[in-house]
Amino acid sequence: MTEPLETHHKVNPRNAEYNFAYLDEDTKRMIRRAILKGLAIPGYQVPFASREMPMPYGWGTGGVQVSAAVLTPDDTMKVIDQGADDTTNAVSIRRFFEKTAGVAVTEATAEASVIQTRHRIPETPLTEDQILVYQVPIPEPLRFLEPRESETRKMHELEEYGLMHVKLYEDIARHGRIATSYAYPVKVEGRYIMDPSPIPKFDNPKMEMAAIQLFGAGREQRIYAVPPYSQVVSLDFDDHPFDPSKADHPCDLCGAEHSYLDEVIVDDAGGRMFVCSDTDFCAARRAQGHVGRLGTEDAA
Amino acid sequence: MTPLLSVKNIAKTYGRQIGCADVSFDLFPGEVMGIVGESGSGKSTLLNCLAGHLAPDRGEVLFDTRAEGLRDTVTMSEPARRMLARTDWAFVHQNPRDGLRMGVSAGGNVGERLMAVGARHYGEIRETALDWLDQVEIDGARVDDRPSTFSGGMQQRLQIARNLVTGPRLVFMDEPTGGLDVSVQARLLDLLRGLVRRLGLSAIIVTHDLAVVRLLADRLMVMKSGHVVESGLTDQVLDDPQHAYTQLLVSSVLQV
Repeated sequence: MTEPLETHHKVNPRNAEYNFAYLDEDTKRMIRRAILKGLAIPGYQVPFASREMPMPYGWGTGGVQVSAAVLTPDDTMKVIDQGADDTTNAVSIRRFFEKTAGVAVTEATAEASVIQTRHRIPETPLTEDQILVYQVPIPEPLRFLEPRESETRKMHELEEYGLMHVKLYEDIARHGRIATSYAYPVKVEGRYIMDPSPIPKFDNPKMEMAAIQLFGAGREQRIYAVPPYSQVVSLDFDDHPFDPSKADHPCDLCGAEHSYLDEVIVDDAGGRMFVCSDTDFCAARRAQGHVGRLGTEDAA
Repeated sequence: MTPLLSVKNIAKTYGRQIGCADVSFDLFPGEVMGIVGESGSGKSTLLNCLAGHLAPDRGEVLFDTRAEGLRDTVTMSEPARRMLARTDWAFVHQNPRDGLRMGVSAGGNVGERLMAVGARHYGEIRETALDWLDQVEIDGARVDDRPSTFSGGMQQRLQIARNLVTGPRLVFMDEPTGGLDVSVQARLLDLLRGLVRRLGLSAIIVTHDLAVVRLLADRLMVMKSGHVVESGLTDQVLDDPQHAYTQLLVSSVLQV
């Protein structure tokens, strides 16, 4: 006997024309299997049958599929793009899940249970009840050094990671320091070298966190994961240690000293300001009364 | 005395084509073995079987490993074989583009093998790279230049430096002077001879250039149609060739 169709599809409270969270249940199950395998082998890139999504590659199709597979109707979702909740990419993906899953959405990091991100880790420390989903353009950290997929797989298999340090060597030889400032390669649990997606290297130390971290690359059809409290070490040389640098300024709106900053050009006369890239973090601080160099009380 | 490399009845066929058949020899530490023969005689197939690039159909390749003595590299696990390939072995390709990373600076190329075996100190890696560039007569000022800006002869010397930096005990060379003009060839040969003698390297050199083996090799194997037809001391084989093919080979060298 075949299963009746009703039990196979979850009814979407907001929009009956879509299955819950857009993807069909079989696809979600396939993706969940890849996620579980990824969690079991931290940092290992699990191939999966990435689907066409109703948005172009490069817009986070991998992250969207992972989010769709982990979302439940009770979840609260937050989507950020470069730390901001209000940019095109974040708004369109948030609307996508509001429409196809009918889940609650929020901009407050602490209230979200699933956070999909492009290029940042929120400043507010995440908890064990949260899942952080990264959008990954190119999952293979060795790709630009070794173009053959068969060879990079072999290198991962046999832990032949000398090549990764060649990249850092080239950085120092050319720039006098390790100039890689985003997508800075890490070693997870002493085994796999992993591309942390293009987050700034300032965020690398935060990857040893309480939340589950899932990485989805739609075009490249790979999913990988970092379980809670895993060891994540940024690669470096003994005489050129890893430096999670940021712009040497406080935030001009909220005065925060230790958040990652965006530089904003404000006029044609060389005027500029530095603001937190994490908009939720900055807004929350201003609401608490913190004021930066250019901030005003009513700006919050 | 334990041989460094002991080859027993190696055979490799490509379907019905014979690559090489029933090749056996011992190579002792500090010895340089030349393999000559015409195109298609199975020299490169044999070399690739010995270096672990190709899996032979039959036979054993026993290598005297530092830890466990003689071990068959054909049946050892792939991680162990690849570990040998980047520590105790070196492979110099005919075309330096096959052996170098063209998008990485000369220093990075030399340093890669060091980093692959765990070197993590930038200053020391660079120091070693500069030292090796000097040993192969490349100006240290070019340490940050990419090999694509080097001449063919320099690329070949850089490839040699990149291979010798981890102090290998056995060097495989596949026509190391092929494609270079004669004056550059002579200089490269001179350099190679110096390095081989000074470092006490063992080497297996595949070539069709008899001058190369005359200069470098202690012993010589002549191959034809996949089989070894003659072997012996280099001078002996070249001065008094016994097999008809060897006689043809020796008599074909143009005298200037």
